[in-house]
Amino acid sequence: MTVFDRLEAVFPPDRVITDPVRLRTYECDGLTYHRATPMVVVLPETAEEVAAVVRACAEFGVPFVARGSGTGLSGGALPRSDGVLIVTSRMRRILSVDLDRRQAVVEPGVTNLAITEAVRDRGYYYAPDPSSQQICSIGGNVAENSGGAHCLKYGFTVNHVQALEIVTPDGEIVEISEDDFGYDLLGAFVGSEGTLGIATKITVRLMRAPESVTTLLAAFETIEAGGQAVSSIVGAGILPAAIEMMDALAIEAAEAAVACGYPADAGAVLIVELDGPAPEVESQLAEVIAICVATGSFEQRVAASADERAKIWKGRKSAFAAVGRISPAYIVQDGVVPRTCLGEVLAGIDALQDEFGIRVANVFHAGDGNLHPLVLFDDTAPGEGERAEVVSGRILDLCILHGGSITGEHGVGVDKARYMPRMFTDADLDTMQRVRCAFDPGGRSNPGKVFPTPRLCGEVPRVRKGSPGEIF
Amino acid sequence: MLGHTRVTIRDGGPADAVGGVVPRWVALPESVEEISVVLGACADAGLAVTPAGARTKLGWAAPPERVDVLLDLSAMHEVLEHVAGDLVVRVQAGIPLARLAEVLAGAGQELALDVPFPEATIGGTLAAPSPGPRAYRYGNARDLLIGVTVVLADGTIARAGGKVVKNVAGYDLGKLFTGSYGTLGVIAEATFRLHPLPADRRWLTFECEGWEDAGALLRSQLEPSAVEIDHPAEGLSMVAALFEGSAARDRAEAAREVLGGGELRADPPSWWGRPPGSPLASLRCRVAPHVPEGVSVRGSLATGVYLASGATDLDAWRSRLPGDARLVGLAGEFTGDRWGPIPSLPLTRRVKERFDPDRRMSPGRLAGGV
Repeated sequence: MTVFDRLEAVFPPDRVITDPVRLRTYECDGLTYHRATPMVVVLPETAEEVAAVVRACAEFGVPFVARGSGTGLSGGALPRSDGVLIVTSRMRRILSVDLDRRQAVVEPGVTNLAITEAVRDRGYYYAPDPSSQQICSIGGNVAENSGGAHCLKYGFTVNHVQALEIVTPDGEIVEISEDDFGYDLLGAFVGSEGTLGIATKITVRLMRAPESVTTLLAAFETIEAGGQAVSSIVGAGILPAAIEMMDALAIEAAEAAVACGYPADAGAVLIVELDGPAPEVESQLAEVIAICVATGSFEQRVAASADERAKIWKGRKSAFAAVGRISPAYIVQDGVVPRTCLGEVLAGIDALQDEFGIRVANVFHAGDGNLHPLVLFDDTAPGEGERAEVVSGRILDLCILHGGSITGEHGVGVDKARYMPRMFTDADLDTMQRVRCAFDPGGRSNPGKVFPTPRLCGEVPRVRKGSPGEIF
Repeated sequence: MLGHTRVTIRDGGPADAVGGVVPRWVALPESVEEISVVLGACADAGLAVTPAGARTKLGWAAPPERVDVLLDLSAMHEVLEHVAGDLVVRVQAGIPLARLAEVLAGAGQELALDVPFPEATIGGTLAAPSPGPRAYRYGNARDLLIGVTVVLADGTIARAGGKVVKNVAGYDLGKLFTGSYGTLGVIAEATFRLHPLPADRRWLTFECEGWEDAGALLRSQLEPSAVEIDHPAEGLSMVAALFEGSAARDRAEAAREVLGGGELRADPPSWWGRPPGSPLASLRCRVAPHVPEGVSVRGSLATGVYLASGATDLDAWRSRLPGDARLVGLAGEFTGDRWGPIPSLPLTRRVKERFDPDRRMSPGRLAGGV
């Protein structure tokens, strides 16, 4: 008896994939330079089926990895060649929408945007909006605690998920809810990158659409001036829905890709979106424009319609892919710095470009200090890929040095596990490991992700002395 | 027994009791390291520990099975770092919210958390969260918390999160400890995201018969920061909505149009954000709840999170509520089950076992003997 036999006993043949060619479809997620062919792929349709797979993995001591749409950018859904890949793409029903409770209950394979589309005509929406929202799954959003441009004002996935049904790594189906008295298990699970189990049912908060939305594009000669405008907007007590910034290189790429028509000679553009009750938006817009002018903006455009708003956003939303137009290869980095350190960190990135002869295009969620430097390189030039890798890592060091984080929204995954010890002490990581061991003592749920070195859990320790290092 | 720690220790007395359980000693650490030293010494001696702040909610939840040491954090009351430009503050857990509010107001900012007791500390507000009106707009303590330093039962000092709002590196231990009632370890320091103080605040109040009358307000696009109800044991209910922003007055007036009446005011009604009385229960119900005779309820029509007083037979009330509603006895005497169903209890137990295998941190404060 093997895990294959068990899976084939539970699932019809079309939902267990063992053909090597078809398996390769799943060998990576959005981070394509980490690849592994899974041992087997299963396509469950219910929580009970997910639980059956997970129990089979427990029985045969096989690791498993959950995958939604595979759009993640940290290799969180990278399969294990010795493990089962559980793909949730067939669990895409919206189970209920209750506007009196302002809640929807959905399966994990439902796309982020599909939730909003289901309620938009009734004036509601689901707030977190990662750039991949047309295809990314809500289950993946839960695993990664996804953000998006508008999380500056509205928060992340964790602030919008109210309850989960999960399959634990032992194969039990358990509900965790924000309404439960006691530990915030829901808060610990969201963002755990698939290492604590698999969400099979997600209850999300629906929000009333704002009365008014307005989007401003402001062009600056330098990125420093743009940064000053951001600080002044925040300092004035304004909390926009989003504040995005792009530098000259990113603007050049976006122009080449989608002809977004941003002012050609701009050293930086700022996109500021304000939303809320009309009178609030109106007065804030006037204030934001005045601040931009005062900090040196030479052109401001206010979108007068939904079409014009979409046009402003098009350049920003296409920026990652657009960089392909100006560089054969690139690394998308994701780091966070305190907003007040933006200027210093950008100067540091400039210095890295000079030192290593590598270009970096900067796109960022300026309002919350979340940088997405795009490190450009030519993968046919000897040594350039390695130099780009070094620059990319040094940018994370800059973020840590300034009290920031190695990831704001893409997750740690397989990509950044080795950076975790630069941000956290052994004691911090050991303590997180206690949570892991409570949920997954066998270490089968997405092993090798988030944490730098695999640790064994052992038995639940009884009366003990000494440091926590001895427990694990 | 704790003398070698050099931490201030005094004998416990009846005034230090936790739910009637008198501790043998009270320890007053002044730093994270001192908390660690005390907990390490307690681990060696097998002593049970309960952390405390301003003690405003020490009587909430179940009494601990035993308390040898009350770890009083009131000497840890400093603002450690406030970077106004980042809208972030890092504080010691023993700082009272009212004191923190004063410091932040100086920079035109606030921690957007309403607590029923202004003297309550940050640590207590995280360990024993209480609902506040503006949670509808800003979230609860767990939503505003971005970093935490905790000390575990064995003295381990661990940090999670950081001092940036957007951060998904590692598990969110801060959220895990939220609602832990001192059973996982000690919350020593915390970092929060802040909000600018709104330019103006206006309340609209109106009396009503039922729970549905405020529905139009929630369906509107006027974006109230809070919509609260005071449902007394007898007589009419009062609903109050808060509007924040430079156009608060205009929006409150527009809300009056939507509702067809009400009174505009610059200050909240006296019951705003205050617990109704005792015995006190926590009610979470996303639709209009059944309320038994003689029971008063206060809380948010927007989030469905309420405090109730006057109910002792919680089982009977629970049977009249929807299946996903939760009713928990916080403080006072209750007949039957004070906790009600907690589907995630087995997972909670497993977390407890990993963090406090000897059951020395506030044992028995939560459901199922956790």
